[in-house]
Amino acid sequence: MKEKLHQLKLKYQGKKMAPAFNALHTFLYMPNETTHSGAHVRAADDLKRTMNTVIMALVPCLLFGMFNAGYQHYSAINGFPESFSLFDHFLTWDNFWVGVTTVLPLVIVSYGVGLAIEFLFAVIKGHEVEEGYLVTGMLVPLIIPVDTPLWMLAIAVAFGVVIGKEVFGGTGMNILNPALTIRAFLFFAYPTWMSGDKVWVHEGVERAGTADAISGETVLGSLAQGSDYAYSLSDMFYGFIPGSVGETSTLLILLGALFLIFTKIASWRIMVSAVVGALVMGLIFNGIVDAGWLPEYSKFYTLMSFPYWQHLLVGGLAFGIVFMATDPVTGSQTNKGKWYYGFFIGFLSVMIRVFNPGYPEGVFLAILLMNVFAPTIDHYVVKGNIKKRLKRFKTATIYPKSSDEVDTLKTETA
Amino acid sequence: MALLSKKDANLIKDPLADNNPITIQVLGICSALAITAELKASVVMAISVLFVLGVGNVVISLLRNIIPAKIRIIVQLVVVAALVIIVDQVLKAFAYDLSKTLSVFIGLIITNCIIMGRFEAFALGNGPWKSFLDGIGNALGYGVILVIVGFFRELLGSGTLFGMKVLGDPIAKTGLYSIGYENNGFMIIPPAALIVVGIIIWVQRSRNRALIEEA
Repeated sequence: MKEKLHQLKLKYQGKKMAPAFNALHTFLYMPNETTHSGAHVRAADDLKRTMNTVIMALVPCLLFGMFNAGYQHYSAINGFPESFSLFDHFLTWDNFWVGVTTVLPLVIVSYGVGLAIEFLFAVIKGHEVEEGYLVTGMLVPLIIPVDTPLWMLAIAVAFGVVIGKEVFGGTGMNILNPALTIRAFLFFAYPTWMSGDKVWVHEGVERAGTADAISGETVLGSLAQGSDYAYSLSDMFYGFIPGSVGETSTLLILLGALFLIFTKIASWRIMVSAVVGALVMGLIFNGIVDAGWLPEYSKFYTLMSFPYWQHLLVGGLAFGIVFMATDPVTGSQTNKGKWYYGFFIGFLSVMIRVFNPGYPEGVFLAILLMNVFAPTIDHYVVKGNIKKRLKRFKTATIYPKSSDEVDTLKTETA
Repeated sequence: MALLSKKDANLIKDPLADNNPITIQVLGICSALAITAELKASVVMAISVLFVLGVGNVVISLLRNIIPAKIRIIVQLVVVAALVIIVDQVLKAFAYDLSKTLSVFIGLIITNCIIMGRFEAFALGNGPWKSFLDGIGNALGYGVILVIVGFFRELLGSGTLFGMKVLGDPIAKTGLYSIGYENNGFMIIPPAALIVVGIIIWVQRSRNRALIEEA
């Protein structure tokens, strides 16, 4: 098999479909080419490995999302269980089966359409198929509601990959995170399927208006309307709440984050600073409420008085910070820039949440906005560093070397 | 074509394709974003600009030898403003609803850079007949893009064309809507116009690679 593929590759070298074939080939086996010149650093962390690591970190979220799809569905019909037990009520085959029938098609469509477009562009442009879509394809089903119609997802994925990525030059050249571009497109194109209290639970939309109507408002959605929510703190932390497929379980996202930091795939600076940013903004809002500056009838009151640290548990903030903000292509590249970049993502996310009840989920907008500003941040960080060094150079005392080589100068910083 | 010499015909043909004011010169983008959510508004806007630019170019061309160079911009503005007010009043008299949809954008034809651009670049240096053809050509080039953008935005965004429900009724769920199709709200908002124009530019330049600028 392996040898045959190697021979096939040689046979079709330079043909039109070669990139498509090569992509499959290198996915299955190690290429048999060797380089002939120079010295090379051998490392296992190529693009495919990087992407696969992120996917591994996402798998727990996906599995949890599948179970949660069923759990929310049955709970909305039969009522939430009185005494919750993990194995009796959550990890059941019934729940899992709902997940298989709702979440798996989303994954398949996301990958199918996205990879088809990647292959198409690779063949047209005559370059190798890039692996960039592997992570995007997994992220997309996790950040949309379970019942998103598949054709909408297909259109959004096509839009996101073509307009969000390929027009900029493909993987590594994109300004905006493709997965979030896809979600933003869905959000603005089909708002009725992306927000409200019907879409978060499987079959919620079909049953709306009938006697069997089920409601599964997200915590943020309830808060935006100034009403109460029926979920405890541990529900929010473990993720037994309605929401987009993979974003609900803060615990599993935390595990994914630790895994990504441990494998050095994602930047811990961005994660930490984003958490700090969100907490700071939350504290400011709590402070305003505590100081009594905001009357209770204000429409911002419930969201502003929501305890600052609980913002991290609800909605997609944790998911966005860990898996989206840390995208190495669209984020800041400099270490100092990462602090600013992350901080503003957290800060703006909470701000959008509170100030715009129409967008109870501000994370994706905040990250997209900061994606746009990331190169600017980097620019000023680099400029600042140059300035600092120039200043140091000016105040430096330069001694001529004691030997007779006058042109080699020894610099000592002041 | 016997009616026009080859050179004159090119004055009309060039702006329609390889020297399009929107896709190649990237002028007049503002109105292309603002009023193309409906096809009808796009068509009316295109016709208005056609009138203003066609007549305006002739007027400026006739006046070109007596306009003092120092105040030519003011003279041009007066001519455009007069023509735009005529268009505006005609619309208000005969198509009041439409003039409401177009609102301030008819008035803003005055600031449309295509018009000042043609006055400056062509009418001031050419005779009235040539200027007329140039004006018509550029206005058509602008109009074609407007109509294409308006067509896609109205069809995908509202499921209608000229207000007619070509894809079925979204509320009664007939036609395409009966199988779950839904209008794309994204196409209604102005950024979609930029993306559609961008795609047109993309298609045009990949068909004619000579148009691609040096980076």
